[in-house]
Amino acid sequence: MLAVNNLTKRFGGLTAVDHASLIVPEGKIIALIGPNGAGKTTLFACIAGFLSIDEGDVQFLTTSVKGRPVHEIARLGMVRTFQITQPFSRLTVHENIAVGAFQRYRHRKEAFAYAHEIAQQVGMGSILELPAAGLTVAMRKRLELARTLATAPKLLLLDEVMAGLNPTEISEIVDVIKDIRAQGVTILLIEHVMQAVMGLSEYLYVLSYGKIIAEGPPADVVRNPIVVEAYLGHGATGGDSGHA
Amino acid sequence: MDSTILISAALNGLLVGGIYTLVASGLTLIYGVLHIINFAHGSLLMMGMFGVYYLLIKLRLDPYISMLIMVPAMYAIGYVLYKGLIGRFSSGKDENILLITLGLSIVLENLALMFFKGDTRTITVGYSDTMVELGPLLFSLPKVISFFIAMLLCALLGLYIKKSNTGKAIRAVAKERMGARLVGIDVDRIFAISYGIGVATLGAAACLLMPIFYVSPYTGHVFVLVAFTVVVLGGMGSFLGAVVGGLIVGLTESFGGLFLGESLGQIGISLIFILILLFRPQGLFGARG
Amino acid sequence: MRRTPEPIAWTGHVLILAVACIFPFVFPSPFMVNFGVLALFYAFIGQSWNIAGGFAGQLSFGHVVFFGAGAYASTILQVRFGVNPWIGLPVSAVAGGLVGWLIGYLSFRAGLRGSYFALITLAFAEMLRIIANSVEITGGGLGLLIPAKPSVANFQFPERVGFYFLILVLVTVSIAIAIWLKHSRFGAQLAAIRENEDAARALGINVFSEKLKILILSGALGGIGGCFFSQYFLYIDPIIVFGVDKSVEMLLVSMIGGAGTVYGPLIGAVLLAAISDTARVVTNIQGLSLVIYGGLLILIIAFLPNGLIDLIQRLTKRRPK
Repeated sequence: MLAVNNLTKRFGGLTAVDHASLIVPEGKIIALIGPNGAGKTTLFACIAGFLSIDEGDVQFLTTSVKGRPVHEIARLGMVRTFQITQPFSRLTVHENIAVGAFQRYRHRKEAFAYAHEIAQQVGMGSILELPAAGLTVAMRKRLELARTLATAPKLLLLDEVMAGLNPTEISEIVDVIKDIRAQGVTILLIEHVMQAVMGLSEYLYVLSYGKIIAEGPPADVVRNPIVVEAYLGHGATGGDSGHA
Repeated sequence: MDSTILISAALNGLLVGGIYTLVASGLTLIYGVLHIINFAHGSLLMMGMFGVYYLLIKLRLDPYISMLIMVPAMYAIGYVLYKGLIGRFSSGKDENILLITLGLSIVLENLALMFFKGDTRTITVGYSDTMVELGPLLFSLPKVISFFIAMLLCALLGLYIKKSNTGKAIRAVAKERMGARLVGIDVDRIFAISYGIGVATLGAAACLLMPIFYVSPYTGHVFVLVAFTVVVLGGMGSFLGAVVGGLIVGLTESFGGLFLGESLGQIGISLIFILILLFRPQGLFGARG
Repeated sequence: MRRTPEPIAWTGHVLILAVACIFPFVFPSPFMVNFGVLALFYAFIGQSWNIAGGFAGQLSFGHVVFFGAGAYASTILQVRFGVNPWIGLPVSAVAGGLVGWLIGYLSFRAGLRGSYFALITLAFAEMLRIIANSVEITGGGLGLLIPAKPSVANFQFPERVGFYFLILVLVTVSIAIAIWLKHSRFGAQLAAIRENEDAARALGINVFSEKLKILILSGALGGIGGCFFSQYFLYIDPIIVFGVDKSVEMLLVSMIGGAGTVYGPLIGAVLLAAISDTARVVTNIQGLSLVIYGGLLILIIAFLPNGLIDLIQRLTKRRPK
């Protein structure tokens, strides 16, 4: 579904992403992990069209999306969430999700009905009329998820959707994400919360200083000494990599 | 075209440009420190000019002398305006504060209309018609005096910001608000001071402009666009930009009038403003962002 | 932050329209009819600002630019080329829409938002004012005078009340447009753009093209307002139709009444016309009404950012849980 080839992004003298390549097969949940500052969000931004790409290519559904405007890529079916949530503050939860739904349905009635369904799917069915500005962080993350889901995407890029959530909230969201995948949506997620990453993803990519330093099934990657060193510093011995 | 006419236009443009620099430096200071676009800048200047007018009419104070009153008075007004109005709303959406300063400018303009009526006022002093000779060129003395005082004040302001303790605090807040707070700077007080200084420059500019220009309640509109153009051309928050921008805008106005006539000549300023915003919004010396 | 106010039921719309229709029959004096025309006129041009500024969040400080474009387009055609003045209505819409397209294309391509967009519209208005002041065809600083020949065919209603009903029709259309925006996909996308442009883009909304569309529509309405104004007063000049005052009024009535609401501009307009006419009658002090109005703007932004409509709704309805 998504193939990133040797993507390179530079900011002046700094190479934020360095010849990164990854593949997201259809219907899978793939995770991108790495220490803070590794360039994960930058990579996301490049893939989704928010930042220009200096070298390399991004193929979505076998066509290149390099250089295409953000909204076009979103309409093709690749939609991202933001690390710092971006709700439509003065609109209600229902209206927020409906904006996404309007990408799928032309008419208000159907869009709102679909938005209602999505809201229930993510567990926000009871707070539809609340203004988005008044939501807790956890709910805002969920709203972000719901809104992108309402566009009926093929590939979801989730950027640290679990940051700031407590363990209960995390396991709730994990279930929601599993549910989304069960409906046929492919997911690429950036995450620091290892509990979620291990539980959800089938394949991991590890990014450090802009380079992909390891990839593979979660169990293998986590034990890889290169990965451990990236997180814990030079000379760290084996063991769980834990949180970044 | 005769070269003397060109040179005369150029120099006259620079002379007026110097005063625009002074006006713009207040605006750019306010933006640089508070990050607000002070739409009331023009009407505050207008009020200042009415002040100078009445100081002359009622108290027979020469406009240049009345700077001693106007500058501190306008500083106080600016400080109070910040504490009482602007300060309460300067957090929050960027557009809100623009609207509030718009509201303020509407109130000021119409108060002026109420109290001073719509006619334009000019002042004449003993030396209004005196000319300064420079070879074949003649320049109006008040214009020359105003230019030099404006440049002096800009230099003094620049020096103050650079060297004084308050100036350093101002620069700190402009650069890094949170950091400044963390090292113990009373950020809100600096905001009030900065706004006060910004308005004080208008007090000075009012004294410098009255002898060579006119005032009416509508003058605010004229100056708002000029001030914004200078600031945008020079770069928001850049002091050097205000100087260069002011001179360029003065030149543009002068040459515009020369080549396009009285009426169409004014278009240069709006054109610069539009072109800068469309093609180089950070201006000549501003930071991209 | 408060949510957007709840929509009004159909009966409410019809009631308001009915009241507006019988108004000139209940108050037939020339003073009151003039008040009605003024209030509706402000409501109309206010709505032009509102759909771009309130609904889509594209605040402009120079909205008069569309108004003036329409006024000059229709008046020049009539006075210089002898074209039937009624043609002026569609022509002014096209003129306003074209200016909207031009300003929108340039500004949005350059990525101008928020305060920068507000200011560049001001500069465009000023530019057009200067041009209108300097060229032959617009009559320069002297402006254009439309010869008075009252007849309906000549778009000069012999009975002033004719103007009242015309502007009422125009206001009704503008309100219908606003209602349509509230319910349509386009309107929802504009609201998204207003709240968070980047998030809107990330969901697949073509932000540039939607902003451009609404500015064209807003410009067209503004242009029509200019045409109406010319026919009502029979005289235009660069300061009247490209000057800052109209820009301010268009913005004020919407912000005070309630930006982004259907009836905000109408409420703001009725209030402005009332304050203005009252001030004119009670004292002869020029500028008093705008001092009040400017002060109101500050108070509204500070304490009631959703406008007077919000206040009215809070007082007449129980707060939803």
